[in-house]
Amino acid sequence: MPKPKVAFYWCASCGGCEETVVDLAEDILGVVEKVDIVLWPVAMDFKYKDIEAMPDKTITATLLNGAIRTTEQEEMAHLLRRKSQYLIAYGACAHLGGIPGLANQFPREQILQFVYEQSPTMVNEQKTRPQVKFTDNGREPTLPALHNVVRSLDQVVEVDYYVPGCPPTPKLTKAAVTALLENRLPPKGSVIAPDVALCDECPRKATKPTNVSFSEFKRPHQVLMDPEKCFLAQGIVCMGPSTRSGCEAACTVGGMPCTGCFGPTSRVRDQGLKIMSSLCANIAPKEEGEIDRVLEGIPDPVGTFYRYGLAKSMLRRRVNLPVK
Amino acid sequence: MTNENQPSSPSAAWKPRIVAFFCNWCTYTAADLAGVSRMKHASNVRIIRLMCSGRVDPQFVIVALAKGADGVLIGGCHPNDCHYVEGNYKCLRRYQMLKRMIADMGIEPERLRLEWISAAEGEKVKRVVNEMVETVTKLGPLGLPQKFEEWDEEMEHFAEHVAAKEAAAGSGGAEDRTKAQTVETAHA
Repeated sequence: MPKPKVAFYWCASCGGCEETVVDLAEDILGVVEKVDIVLWPVAMDFKYKDIEAMPDKTITATLLNGAIRTTEQEEMAHLLRRKSQYLIAYGACAHLGGIPGLANQFPREQILQFVYEQSPTMVNEQKTRPQVKFTDNGREPTLPALHNVVRSLDQVVEVDYYVPGCPPTPKLTKAAVTALLENRLPPKGSVIAPDVALCDECPRKATKPTNVSFSEFKRPHQVLMDPEKCFLAQGIVCMGPSTRSGCEAACTVGGMPCTGCFGPTSRVRDQGLKIMSSLCANIAPKEEGEIDRVLEGIPDPVGTFYRYGLAKSMLRRRVNLPVK
Repeated sequence: MTNENQPSSPSAAWKPRIVAFFCNWCTYTAADLAGVSRMKHASNVRIIRLMCSGRVDPQFVIVALAKGADGVLIGGCHPNDCHYVEGNYKCLRRYQMLKRMIADMGIEPERLRLEWISAAEGEKVKRVVNEMVETVTKLGPLGLPQKFEEWDEEMEHFAEHVAAKEAAAGSGGAEDRTKAQTVETAHA
């Protein structure tokens, strides 16, 4: 029997997700033994045209990481969707838009201007920008265009499963791949991680007060944090209560509050609004000015509550930005 | 900001649509009082009764805007009068942060308003509703559903380009290919 074919692809991402595949360490040998890798740009040399030449649904599963932000990424998402039986959004960017999704707060022109003209490391006196098309000795090479909006994978093509995390842990990756190979798949559209909040597996849970109350919000760099006490009890914003578990509380065990990379549980539509609702309701003062003073401790609510989820939030993008 | 929020072809017949979340014990009863007292106020408000202003999940407000409301009005009991003791304070705190967040997301904060209206203040319901309608009328349509469609046009163009490229290449299996999904699934 031929081995199932698997593809890995990356879009708007940092490469950390690829690292997790490598972090399977010796377990990757077991995976490689059972599957044929047909595409993995970060590690192996395959051509897009080989994928294009395959009959549809030839690839058993594609693990795609990164948000969709350029025409090339969009084209590859469509191509891999067509060639794959299962398309898996792998990692926070494909799942929720991730860190690149924060660009949805700015117009494309401002982003291009910064990157190609104003960035401190940029020397570009002619203000040259990459062109989608240009003519060179009679040839007309093309480059991908940058979209106005950063999108999660499921805002572009249909997605079968999600493996969450920034990056997903090797354990979750292994669980997803094993489930796939043994054909023990959860219902379509599932996020392959436990459907409970992170607090459930956080070792600091025992110190979480029954009634959380904030008279001040402090940021991690401003205080010496207690290594064992619940972050909320210390007045530090922790996304744990509105974030899915499955990471084995890697950050809170490591001394930092959760920033929400696993996204919401299935019962929450908008992770950022939900944690905002929870934290703000528990502010101690009752008078407007005093409430605002406490809220000043969260100087960038969009960046804090939507660190990974802006593209997939209900508003998706700053609504008054141009699209042209 | 207001100008950018105008859709490309604003309909002359546009009237603001405002979703109002009123608490059962005070503001909804006040709206009822306004009704039985035959007070007239602008008819642009769709009232949703909740047990408490503390039940207003910020997600409700954003869903209303994302689905086409031009403004959201929240009504609750006066401080110290909440039937559930603390609910209106919880609402106030969320509201103050939500105002900041919608401003950061490019929505005029005036589109969201919180008022304390007791069961006896039918007159205040009338005044607040009329003021809110006036404010939102001045701001113009928010039109988020249309905006979401505009944003996704950049993908529709590309789907056409891919289809054209494939037709030119004459690659097989084109018939059973599912149409490129460009609809925003998040709002399904």
